Amino acid sequence: MPQKISLRIDGELIHTAGQRSILEVALEHGKFIPSLCHMKGLASVGACRLCIVEVAGVGRVLPACSTPVQDGMAVTTQSDKLRRYRKIALELLFAERNHVCAVCVSNGHCELQGLATKLGVTGVRYPYTFPKIGVDLTHKKFTLDQNRCILCTRCVRVCAEVEGAHVWDVSSRGVGSRLVCELNRKWGESRNCTSCGKCVQSCPTGALAEKGFAVEEMTKRTEPISRLTALRGVRP
Amino acid sequence: MSRTITIDHVTRIEGHAKIDIHLNDQGKVASTQFHVTQFRGFEKFVEGRPYYEMPAITARICGICPVSHLLASVKACDAIMAVQIPEPAQLLRELLHCAQFVQSHGLSFFHLSAPDLLLGFDSDPKLRNIVGLIEKHPEAARDGIALRKFGQQTIERLAGERIHPSWTVPGGVNKPLSAETRDEILAELPIARSIIRRTLKTFKAMLDDFPAESDAFGNMPSAYAGLVDFDGNLRIYDGILRFKDSEGKPMASVSRALDYSKFIGEAAMPDSYLKAPYFKPMGYPDGAYRVGPLGRLNVAEQCGTPEADVELAEYRQRLGRIVQSSFFYHYARLIEALYGVERMEQLLENPLILDRHVRAEAGVNALEGVGIIEAPRGTLIHHYKVDENGAMKWANLIVATGHNNLAINKSIQQVAERFVDGNQFQEGMVNRVSAVVRAYDPCLSCSTHALGQTPMQMRLYGPDGQMLDEVAT
Repeated sequence: MPQKISLRIDGELIHTAGQRSILEVALEHGKFIPSLCHMKGLASVGACRLCIVEVAGVGRVLPACSTPVQDGMAVTTQSDKLRRYRKIALELLFAERNHVCAVCVSNGHCELQGLATKLGVTGVRYPYTFPKIGVDLTHKKFTLDQNRCILCTRCVRVCAEVEGAHVWDVSSRGVGSRLVCELNRKWGESRNCTSCGKCVQSCPTGALAEKGFAVEEMTKRTEPISRLTALRGVRP
Repeated sequence: MSRTITIDHVTRIEGHAKIDIHLNDQGKVASTQFHVTQFRGFEKFVEGRPYYEMPAITARICGICPVSHLLASVKACDAIMAVQIPEPAQLLRELLHCAQFVQSHGLSFFHLSAPDLLLGFDSDPKLRNIVGLIEKHPEAARDGIALRKFGQQTIERLAGERIHPSWTVPGGVNKPLSAETRDEILAELPIARSIIRRTLKTFKAMLDDFPAESDAFGNMPSAYAGLVDFDGNLRIYDGILRFKDSEGKPMASVSRALDYSKFIGEAAMPDSYLKAPYFKPMGYPDGAYRVGPLGRLNVAEQCGTPEADVELAEYRQRLGRIVQSSFFYHYARLIEALYGVERMEQLLENPLILDRHVRAEAGVNALEGVGIIEAPRGTLIHHYKVDENGAMKWANLIVATGHNNLAINKSIQQVAERFVDGNQFQEGMVNRVSAVVRAYDPCLSCSTHALGQTPMQMRLYGPDGQMLDEVAT
């Protein structure tokens, strides 16, 4: 029986079970905390740093998705500092790759684009890195466009944790990090891929998409995957 | 002492250009050069992208006629998929294209060229623009704005957006037409038609006011090219690419789009980013040909719609079967706008246009595809090569203004020789040089696939190469 704890989120007193993340509890109570790498039903990794919150008595901001709630905790989800940091994190995501919304399959349905609009990102203050990275079109049904990848690793986790195929991983370090298929094979040559499409549906941008979809046509659904994990009892 | 006039930059055109006029010791025109000063590189940076992204990418070449690039591109993609798209989708694409013809021709005539025609080539350059037109000829300005609005609104009604819509997709279109939208467009057609009728009447009444211009605005023999159907009717969305010589004799007919490269060569110009296509069998530069409204009406036997055919008959009665002077691009443009409106009515009255089967689906079935359409400014060709996964390996785009490059150069020379006198230099002379460029309604952003603003510059050089004068028209 999980221990019952009490905490305050933005001043509101909340009673909840322990061993849950701040993000989970905050969302359940109608708070808005932006996130891109978090997906209900998958393990949290704290990759995107958008869900940062302030916790009283802690000298640094903490990722809400991977910080468990504790008894007596006082969490702030909205402040000028947090808004500023979140915008910086988003702008750096844009600067790191080649995000050209106008010609993207996910234009209008993209979580990155949607959050940028919501958080008031009207421009990128950092120089774009314009990396030269290609598109993997070798899979029969799907495409991987690294130009649009934000390394949230939802695809990595959904494939390993839910489908059990573990096709995806991240290679290299820092700004050179790249999503790779089975130790850097072309996706079309994958031996484990079941072509289930869970990675595509989980991808918050147009990085993973179905083939043949024209600009603005790719819409994605993560709820069936989240429901599946809940039904299996993997995660609530 | 010889000098050079530079028009830098030419205004009221789409894109960025500069003209140099070199004068000899007597102050007469020795030579002219037309420089297109933009560079973008679309053909290069699309390499590696999935082919089905090409419509969205290439539409960004231009904000004035994105529909042309969209359609040429989706046709090239259809060819890569090796599908015949459903007939309703063909009708809808053509309807969209007609709407764009009407808005684009309206823009060219009213917003860009009417200030010269209605206010005069020698009128005050400060007022020789759409604002001046609103002051002096408010009814014409209103007509121009209304006509363009009709075309743009129709594009929005069909495709969801006025600029860079995503409605046209490889294999067809992504949403069928509703009966309500059809009726809305049909209800507005008569207004557009009456504006064009009125404008044609006004223009025909003015024809005699410009004897020197019609005589020297690119009045020269050349070949012509445009799309027609088997009966020789004017076609703008699909057809046979036909070439005719200056006498009107057929030179070639390209019925298989991939064969275009047997007939069209492209020469790089040393002083311009705009390439110069030429009719291959005649070689460069003798194979110069003209496209666009003048070229199309020279190539077609008839328009194929009743009112436009009546106007075409009168046009030919006045000017001859093959019209050589580029001044009459304006006249031909108005007839085509009328054709556009009539053709829209024909398409909307076809019950098949409401059919819900509007998209064919397929993967890569051919490694090469070509899409040819008639953009408002002339023949537009998209040619793609892909690998077996559908990644772009190579692209070649031949854009309307490019086809006219050689003719524009010759026309500038002709107008400069006729009107520019270095001893009595006047602004109106320079404006005529710009106006002949405007007659072609060039889209230089499109033709170099390059970033651009609207101006064009003119510069005057001495025999020693020293710049003596500079004019932004």
